[in-house]
Formats: sequence, C-alpha cells, structure tokens
Amino acid sequence: MTVYTSATDADRRAMLDAIGVASVDELFADVPPALRLGRPLALPDGMAEQEVYEHLRELAARNVSAEDEISFLGAGMYDHYVPALIDSILQRSEFLTPYTPYQPEVSQGGLQAMFEYQTAISELTGLPVSNASVYEGPSAVGAAAYLAKLANGRARVLVSRGVHPHSRETLRTLAAGTGQEIVEVPLRDGVTDPDALAAALGDGADVNALILQQPNFLGAVEDLEPLAAAAHGVGALAICACDPIPLGILRTPGECGIDVAVGEGQTLGNRLDFGGPSFGFFAATEAHLRRMPGRIAGETKDADGRRGFVLTLQTREQHIRREKATSNICTSQALNALAGVIYLSWLGRRGLVELGELLVQRTAYARDALAAIDGIAPLHEQPVVRELALELDVPDVARVVERCAAEGVNPGYPLARDYPEHPGGLLVALTERRTREQIDRLTDVLARAVAAERSGAETPAGVGA
Amino acid sequence: MSAQAPSAPDGGAPAGGAEREPTTDELLVEPVLTIYERSREGRRAFAAPALDVPARPLDELLPPALRRAAPARLPEVSEPELVRHYNGISKRNFDLDSGFYPLGSCTMKHNPKLHERVAALPGNARLHPLQDPRRAQGALELMWNLQETLAEIAGLPYVSLQPSAGSHGELAGVLLTRAYHEDRGERRTKVLTPDTAHGTNPATVTMAGYEVVKVGTAPDGGVDLDDLRAKADDQVACLMLTNPNTLGLFDANIAEIARIVHGVGATLYYDGANLNAIMGITRPGDMGFDIVHFNLHKSFTQPHGGGGPGAGPIAVSERIEPFLPRPQVVRREPADGGPPSFDLDHERPKSIGKLRGFQGNYGVFVRSYAYIRSLGAAGLREASETAVLNANYLLALLKRAGVAEHLPVAYDRVCMHEFVLSGAPMRRELGIRTLDLAKRLLDFKVHPPTVYFPLLVDEALLVEPTETETKETLERFAAIVAAILREAADDPEIARQAPSTTLVRRLDEAKAAKQPVIRQPL
Repeated sequence: MTVYTSATDADRRAMLDAIGVASVDELFADVPPALRLGRPLALPDGMAEQEVYEHLRELAARNVSAEDEISFLGAGMYDHYVPALIDSILQRSEFLTPYTPYQPEVSQGGLQAMFEYQTAISELTGLPVSNASVYEGPSAVGAAAYLAKLANGRARVLVSRGVHPHSRETLRTLAAGTGQEIVEVPLRDGVTDPDALAAALGDGADVNALILQQPNFLGAVEDLEPLAAAAHGVGALAICACDPIPLGILRTPGECGIDVAVGEGQTLGNRLDFGGPSFGFFAATEAHLRRMPGRIAGETKDADGRRGFVLTLQTREQHIRREKATSNICTSQALNALAGVIYLSWLGRRGLVELGELLVQRTAYARDALAAIDGIAPLHEQPVVRELALELDVPDVARVVERCAAEGVNPGYPLARDYPEHPGGLLVALTERRTREQIDRLTDVLARAVAAERSGAETPAGVGA
Repeated sequence: MSAQAPSAPDGGAPAGGAEREPTTDELLVEPVLTIYERSREGRRAFAAPALDVPARPLDELLPPALRRAAPARLPEVSEPELVRHYNGISKRNFDLDSGFYPLGSCTMKHNPKLHERVAALPGNARLHPLQDPRRAQGALELMWNLQETLAEIAGLPYVSLQPSAGSHGELAGVLLTRAYHEDRGERRTKVLTPDTAHGTNPATVTMAGYEVVKVGTAPDGGVDLDDLRAKADDQVACLMLTNPNTLGLFDANIAEIARIVHGVGATLYYDGANLNAIMGITRPGDMGFDIVHFNLHKSFTQPHGGGGPGAGPIAVSERIEPFLPRPQVVRREPADGGPPSFDLDHERPKSIGKLRGFQGNYGVFVRSYAYIRSLGAAGLREASETAVLNANYLLALLKRAGVAEHLPVAYDRVCMHEFVLSGAPMRRELGIRTLDLAKRLLDFKVHPPTVYFPLLVDEALLVEPTETETKETLERFAAIVAAILREAADDPEIARQAPSTTLVRRLDEAKAAKQPVIRQPL
C-alpha cells in the first residue's frame, strides 16, 4: 500500500464484495490479455519520502543556479527577487490545489484573482482586454498570430528579427498548421529596420500581422508607433511581445497603436525554474475580445444580487465551440498568473516605476563600464532598460564565458547561435538583484577574460564539472 | 450563507483610493473588495534597493517620447493589507486539500507536500534555463530520467517534455503527424475524433490545419467500428483517441482500431487524460498508439493551481521520433567509460521546431519525478488499480442506494477509473437537472463531478474519485447523492435554488457574457 492511498486489505475485500467481483484483476477484464503488460514496469522501486528528498536534493546540488554565481543571464527570463509573501500565498492549498473554476460558487477567490490580474495586465499594456493567462512567452506570440489569422485570414506574417528566437521558431512551428508564411524583417542599428519593413510590406494585401518585441531581444527599446502605423497602413495587425517590467516606464503598447500585446510573465513574481512554469500574458483591443484565447473572468451578480465573478465569454472556448474554438487551450497557468498580480500589487503604482528606473540607471552604468573594456564595443547605441548587447572582439565568446564562470560570474548569453551575424555578441541582463559591486566584479572578470582570449592564453580547466 | 456580508452597493468602495466617508452601515459589513478598491494613495509594500550607481538624468538615458505618459494604476497597499487580501479571497475557494473533488477527467488525486519542497530547492528554483548544460547536469539528468520513465509507462521509446499542458501536447502530436506524412510526400486533410472526445481534440485539429471528422460510438460505448471503417481513407492523417475513453470504458477493440487506422497509413494518437486507469497494466504503445500525451497535472500529481500550471509531455514511436520538438535532452556516454553526461540537442534537422520557450515546465517535471520515485513500479500500478477499484465501488454504492433509478450509469459495464451517470430520468421524474444536483452537492462541502460531458450522454455526470480517497469518503458521497434525490422527490425547489450555504449563490453568467466587465474600472 502506498502512503498516498488508504485502501487496506480489509477495505479491498469489502469493496470487491460490494462490486461483486473476486479480484481487482476482474475489473480489468476489458483489457485484452494480449495487451496486458504482464510484468512490472521497468522502473526503480518506490522510496520513502526522506530518500526521495535526498535524491532530489543531490540532483539539484549539481546545478549552478543564480544562488551559486553572479548571473547576468537573461534573454527572456530574469533573476528578479520574488518577495516572501508570494511563496506564502501560493502555498495556500486554496490556491494551490483546486481545478479550473468550473463551479464559481466555490471558486470566488481564484476568479477574483483572475479579474484583478486581468486589470493589472490591462493597465500595464494600455489595452482594454486581457485574458487570465496563456502558457508562457513564445507560445503567447504564437497564439497572437493565430488570433491574427482569425481576424483577417491573410497569409503572410512579418516578424522582426528583434523578436526572441524562441518566439520566431514557435511561429514557424505553428505555421505548419495555420499555413501562414513567416517572413523576417531585419534589424538595423539594433532595432527593426523601417525601410526593410516598408519593402516587406509591399502593397501589403496579403500581410496578416507584424510582430515586434519591446525591448527587443538585443535589449533595444523600439519606437513602436511608426512600426504599428506601417502595419495598419496595409490593414495588418500590429502585435508586440513585451517584457512586463520595462512596461512600467515605457510607452504602452496601447499608446503606440499595438492591437495585441503578449509576453513572458516570469519576471512578475515567478521563479526561474529552469524555464517554467511561468505564464504568458495576452491583451488586446476591444475589437478582438471575442477572438481571445483562453479563460476570461468577468464580474457579475448572484441570485441575491451579491457581487461575484465567473468565467465568461466561454463560447470562444474548446469545451463549447470545439473545432470552431479560438484556441485549444484548457489548463493554463492560473497559479503563476496569481503570482503575477500579487507581485504587481506588491510593487504598486510607484514601485513599478522605481524598479524600472533603477534598472535603467544600473544598466546604463554597466553599459558604460563594459563598453570601456579593451576589445568590447556596444553592439548598438539604442536606449535600453535592463539588457544590453555587446560585441566582443574575440575568436570565441563561449571561451570568454567559461573563463568568467570559473571565477563565479556568468556574464550573459552568447548571441552567435541565434544571430550568426554577431559572432562576438554577448547579451548582458540586469535585475534589481545585480548590485553595483556585482557589476564592477563582472567588469573586472570580463576584462581579464577578454584580454586572455585576445592574447591566446589557455582556457582554464575545470569549467562545468 | 447568511453570515456572508453583502458587498457594498455597486460593487464596493470607490476605486483607486478616492476618499469618501463611509457610512456606519458600510463600516459594519466586510464587503467583497478587489485589491484596487483597497488601494490608498501613499501606501506601499515594496521598498526599492538603494540606487548605488551615479544617477543620470532619465531623459538622457530614455527619451521622453519612449516613456509612458502615466504610471500603470496598480494598487497602493501595505504588506499586511496585501497578505490579508489574498488570504481572504483564498478562503472563498474550495480546494482538494479540504474536500472530495471527484471531477471526472481531471484526476484530482492528492498532491504530496514533499513535491513543493523539492521544487523550491534553490538549485531548481533559481536555475536559469539558458545555463550552460554542463552546469545544469542535475536538472538534465532529472529530465532524462523522467523521459525514460514516461517512455516505459507509455510503451513508446522517445519522449519530449516540452509541451506545457495536455492540449499543447495534442497540438505537438498532430503537428508531428503532419510532419511525418509530409516527410513521406503525403498531404492528408482529415483527422478523426470520436464523438465522445474532449473539446481540446477538435480544437487542436483545426489549429493544426486539418478538418475534423467525427466517428460514432457503438451501443457498448466503444468506437463504432463500422463507422470508423467507412471514414478511414487515405485522406485521414490521424485518429485521436482516449482509452479508457471519456465514458470511463476501456475499448476492447483497440487492436482492431489500430489495424484499421494503420491500414490507411494514418497515425493513432493517445489522449493521456485517462492514463490514471492503466499505469503498469497496459500501455498505449502496446495497444498500437504512435503518439501519446501525458497530463502531469492529472496522473502525476502536479497541483492544478486553479487552472494550471500543468505539463503535457509526449511519447512517440520510432517512426515519429525524427520530428520531435527541439531541443531534446540526450545522454552522452564518454568513450573512456566514465560517468554519462547530459546535454540539450538543438540539431534536429527534421524537428517540427519549438512549441514554446526553453525546455518546458521544469518545476512540474520535478514534482512528477518525485512522485514516480516515491511510488515506483509497484506503487504506480497500485495507484491505477485503486483508482479503478474506487470508481467501481462508488458505482456499486450508488446502485445499491437506489440512486440508479433516477441517475443510471450510462453504460452498464465494469468501468475504469471513472464513470458517467445520466441525469435524464432525474430531470424527467424529479424535476431537477444535473446542474441542480451539482449545485446541491456544494452545500455538502463536496466538489461536484464534471457535468454535461461527455456530450453524448444526456444530462451527463462524469465521476472520477481517484485512488487517494478513502472508502469512507466514497460512502459519504453516495449517501449524499441519495439524500439529494430523496429531498428532490419531496421538494425539488431546494436543489433548483442550491447552493444556499456558499458565500455566493448561483451567479448570473448570461449577464457576465452579455455586458462583459472583465477588468476593474479605475
């Protein structure tokens, strides 16, 4: 008997008697004998809780996390501080263990949290309509492209090369099903090239949507408004993937004329967790309300006129509309989105701005310090908020990263795999956890690593083991 | 509940901290307020770290034209107020740790507490997804082990952990099917789904660019083989199937179904929503399925979180493997016989590509892996056997209590881990609908089963007790259902008006949809 079940031998006998069968095996009579496994699964034996904990602890100890090194890794997920109250609230069983709120009378807490979350996302993006969450960032970009297909049915999706490589690849994967053609618009001086965009738009009759990212993958703040206007000029949708923390200080997608704003929500009170679970947010103009994917909570009244919340506009959804649904999404990321709204409430109206401005100042400081290193130049000169791109004049950036890692500093994400046009590229990300002292340490370690690579010194041993 | 204070008129206090003297009456009740309505200008829970670098004029760093005109109108609350607000609204939820939750097709089994502890270890929680694989060996080994385990449970050799939920796994599976056919130079147009399928199946088919063709159900609850034969042609790319199906029945004709589907060159897709019935007993791969998705938030105990997160890994056969999403976790054996190492393989030329960022919902993998290591092979089989035993026992109890007359089982056979009752006689003879029964159950502190699914059964009630419930809990549930039916025979109005003891009563969903209020007006 496992510790998670409670049927004793006596229970089983009594239950089998009540059912009218002699053994549990009889309950599986419909499984043809030829299809029975007939042997135990080839898996290790079960273990006691203490043993499982030790095994998992040993595995986790073999990872080098942001707890163990000074990490400037970003590129889509960031090492922000998660306030203790989020851990405490998310561990409440009332939030942790219910299913999707199909019975609103006993799900008012979760539904109200969704409603509050939708409000926060709407405020952040400057768009009136938000759903209750999608899976995460790149698949949210894919979901936005699907909305665009439902909206105008055109075939060609233009995507800036400043959009996260994972988002661009996700778009191409999904395009196999939607039949959309994905066309990249190149960058110039670190931002989406308006001339190349104009050329790609052409007469625009078949352009479905333009997809941008703010700030873009190279950290640059895009001037969204003229780009969105160019898309609208040919009747295409303007979609933007956004990092939510910079949205606290940047012109909102709504103000810039963006139709659909999506993004990765990890930075809003969620852990890194090696890439998930986090959540994706999805906001849009009113015109797209009935094309939105996923759950939406709405306010209403109960039979006695009391205030309450329900899942609403469900005729968009798969369980009602089936093959005509606006999305197949069912289980989404409710708990992670809850962390998101708690985090935004923790920051508050002023805190979000203070955090954004702190990032701008520290990132500017880091940019100056790092660009002053011999053999390093900024990859672009555009305004940045929390992430900056450098060009290292070395044969192999990966070796520079290894040298830094050996000194306990992870200097960032090498760009060469995703941007072969920038073989010396390095993307350096900051959060409020990266202090001036840590930035100075990065500057020192990176300067020595680059100098050593440029002088052809041996790579230090022992990296990675 | 009578103790519940009504909310303030027109939805609570003025938003955004606008000041108005509350009346005495308003002070005496505790209204339902949103976090925005608790906001008062000047309060705060967050203190920013000190600016430790020389301050530069913001305009110089970020031109005003790129900055937002006004701050986002987020709440202004202190930490104690913030904690009290979310603790307060949490208590307006029913949850699995507090009571019975027999929600069919959702497998609401106990979520062990250990899992939260191991997922929160800093080596997991603060591990960046782009960390060099050589410095994420523990995480990659865990993922590898989980892949191998799921492959063994599915009876299919290759696994991708990437999809984020069941429906995401379905989409991966149908796109894999498309890639498989196109690689063979074929362009097929249709995907078959039974009329008992989950709604995600047809929705997925559309997103993957295929036409949905429904296959009928035979009188015994299985796939109608004649209908399947008639519809299976060389334009069919795939049949998506759940087995046991959504009626809770194991389709004994599965080998023949596989023969028909493979006979026209199509793939057979296994929706793993009901895997909890068969772990260690029979395997989708051995039944002839080519692609399987798992719901780690069902059979493998990821807490459901009020609507996620989950994870939807897929297992596939040899012929589908080349098309699996990128990157794949791989194990490398060094030539010198040293210990193996783990890596991410991004170079997969035939891959369908990525379905999302990074490697998947790793935090979910940690919990499900811990579960599998706790149970082991014998424990997983016991979990399935007990789930099926509990379902059949509950069904027997319901029959014995005399419930069957008004709430008969839709297909009177031995069920698997869940079963479907039909409320049609209850509606006809007692004047209450399945919805009313469900709402009345709330008054007994029981979460209702899934209602009105599968669509095939009139007034359906889909009951899945799971293996983690005690015999006593099942007995209490049966007694409650019987009592509600007796009560309805006397006075159907009680159920029609239920629930009456919850914090709110039935909510006006039509109003919510007709005049959507989906954000706080500020």
